[in-house]
Amino acid sequence: MIEVSDLTKIYVMGEERVAALAGVSLRIERGEHVAVIGPSGSGKSSLMNILGGLDRPTGGSYRFEGEEVGEMGDDALAEFRRRRIGFVFQSFQLLPRLTALQNVELPMIYAGFPPAERRERAAQLLERVGLGTRTGHKPTQLSGGQQQRVAIARSLANQPDLLLADEPTGALDTHTGEEVLELFKQLNAEGLTLAIVTHDLEVAAEARRRISFRDGHIVEDDGAAP
Amino acid sequence: MKMPPIELVRFAAGAIVAHPMRSALTSLGVVIGVAAVVMMTSIGLGAQQRVTSSIAGLGSNLIIISPGASRGAGGGFVRGAAGSGESLTEQDGEAIASRVEGVAAVAPIVRGGAQLAADGANWNTRVEGVTPDYLVARDLSIAQGRKVIVIGPTIARELWGDDDPIGKRVRVGRTPFEVIGVLESKGQSGFGQDQDDIVLGPLQAIRSRVVGRRVRGTAVQQIFVKAESEDQLDRVQEDATNVIREQHRIRPGDEDDFSVQNMASILEASQAAVATFTILLAAVAAVSLVVGGVGIMNIMLVAVTERTREIGLRMAVGAKRSDVLIQFALEAVTLSLAGGLIGLTIGAGGAFALAKLGDWPVAIPAWAGPLSLGFSMLVGLVFGAYPSWRAAQLDPIEALRRE
Repeated sequence: MIEVSDLTKIYVMGEERVAALAGVSLRIERGEHVAVIGPSGSGKSSLMNILGGLDRPTGGSYRFEGEEVGEMGDDALAEFRRRRIGFVFQSFQLLPRLTALQNVELPMIYAGFPPAERRERAAQLLERVGLGTRTGHKPTQLSGGQQQRVAIARSLANQPDLLLADEPTGALDTHTGEEVLELFKQLNAEGLTLAIVTHDLEVAAEARRRISFRDGHIVEDDGAAP
Repeated sequence: MKMPPIELVRFAAGAIVAHPMRSALTSLGVVIGVAAVVMMTSIGLGAQQRVTSSIAGLGSNLIIISPGASRGAGGGFVRGAAGSGESLTEQDGEAIASRVEGVAAVAPIVRGGAQLAADGANWNTRVEGVTPDYLVARDLSIAQGRKVIVIGPTIARELWGDDDPIGKRVRVGRTPFEVIGVLESKGQSGFGQDQDDIVLGPLQAIRSRVVGRRVRGTAVQQIFVKAESEDQLDRVQEDATNVIREQHRIRPGDEDDFSVQNMASILEASQAAVATFTILLAAVAAVSLVVGGVGIMNIMLVAVTERTREIGLRMAVGAKRSDVLIQFALEAVTLSLAGGLIGLTIGAGGAFALAKLGDWPVAIPAWAGPLSLGFSMLVGLVFGAYPSWRAAQLDPIEALRRE
C-alpha cells in the first residue's frame, strides 16, 4: 500500500542544513500494525508528517496505492488526508467548543456528508469506541482516555486506509493507555492499517512490526515485508 | 462528494455565537459607523428637501436682478458688497417690460427697515416698496394705492392683537400710512425667517418716505422678472440682461454692473451647498465605519492566533486552505454585516425620533439601506482579508504543535 524510496527531508535553519530524513526506504502493506520508534530528533515524526500528507519530502518518492503523494499540490494533499488518513494526536486535538458528536462529525463535513447521515455515523463510531452515552459532552467534561477515544472515533470518520497515531498514549496514565492500545489492536484486527509513532517500548511491543529510527536513518526493521 | 458552502457559513456562525460578548463588541464599531452615516444622510436629505420647498415657495419662473457692487469715489477702486450699488432703476424695469418677450410681470422693489407705531404699540420690521406686478411675480395678492400698506399677520398681531387692522392708521418711520390689507400667512422660511413679519407699500411712497435717505431718484434694489413659462426662463434671463446692459451703456466685453439669477440656479446652488454639507457629514461618519473595520481586523487576528490549533486540526482532517480562508472571511463579513444591520436600525430609528421629537426635517434616503449594508459587507471583506489569509497560510504541523 505504501512505498517509500530514498525519502529525504532537509530543514534549512539559518546557514545550517539539517537532514531529518536521510534517504529512507520502506514498504507498509495493508493491514499491518507498525510502530515507529526512536529518540526525539531521529526523524520519526518527519516521516509520519510526510506519510500523513501534512508535509512534503525534499527528495525521494512516496507512493500511496501507486499514487505519487510527494508531488501533490495543497488541495490534492488536503483531499488525500481527508480520504486516506486518520490522525490521532498525543494531545487529542479536539475542538473545545464542540460536543463529542460534533468533533467526530467534523471530517465528514469536509467530505460532504449530509447532516443526518454524518450524525448517525458519528454516533455509531462513538458507540464503537465505548462512548455511546457521552455524545453530547464537551471535551472538558471528558477524561483524558475518553477524549482520546473521541479522537480515535474522529480519525475513523471517513474510513481511512491508514491510521497514523503520534504518541497516542503519551498524555494518558498507564491503565487508560492500555485501554486505548487495546482499541487500536481491535481496529487492526478488523483490517485497519495502523502506524504508531512512539518512544514508549511497551507501546511498541504491542505492534507486529517495529521500525527504529536514528539520525534520519532506519537502523532496525524487525518485520519488513519480503 | 463535495462540501456544500453552507457548512462554512455554519462554522463561521458557530465561532461568532461561541463568544457573544466579544462578537457584539467587535461589531459595535460598525454599528456606530453605519448608524452615524444613516443619521447624517437623513438629516442632510431632510435639509435639502426643506430648502427646495422653501425656495419653490418664493415663486416660480422667477428671475432676480440685483445691482452690482457699489464703487467708491475716485475711480471706483474700492468695491462694496454685491447688491450694494444703486445701478438699477425703475427705467430698467420698464425697459424689460416693453422690450423682452415672454415676460409675465416685472417688479422693481426697494427695501428698508422701519419702526411702526400705532395706537400706542410699536414694532420694528422690514418694509418693501413694490408695484402691483410684484404680487404677480411673487404669487402674492394685495390692492394698490397711495400711502397705503399691506401688512403681514405677525405685525397685525403685534400692533392690534385680535382687532381687525384694516383701515387702521400706522406710522411707518415718520409717515402715516393706512392699512388696506393683511397678507395670507406664509409661516417661516427654510432659513428661519418669519415671512409674515413684513410691510408692503407702493414703491414710490416707500422709497421717498421710508427708505428715501438711502436710495436716490428712481433707484431700486431689486427687479423681479417673472417669465410666462419655465421653458422661456433662460431666454428671458438672457434678453433682460442685454436690455439692462444697453440701458446702462455697458460696452461689449465690459463687466455687468448688476447680477441676474433665476430661481432654478438659486435652487441648484443651495441644493449643491446642502449636498456638499451632507457628503461632508457622511464622510466623517464613514471614518468611524473604517475604525469599526480596524476593530474587526484586530479581533480576527486575535482569533486566528487563539485558534491556530483548530486551524491545524481542520487542515489535518481534510480542510483545504481555501476552506479555512472562506471560513474566517465569512466570520468577519458576518460580524460587520450584523453590525451594519443593527446600525441601520438604530440610525433609521434615530432619524425617525429626531423628526418626531425634534421637529427637524429628516428624510431617510432610499439608498441608505442597501448602501450601508453593502458598505459594511465591504468593510468586513477588506478588513477580514488579511487575518483570513494568515489563517489559510498556516503550516498544519506548526499549527497543531502550538500551545
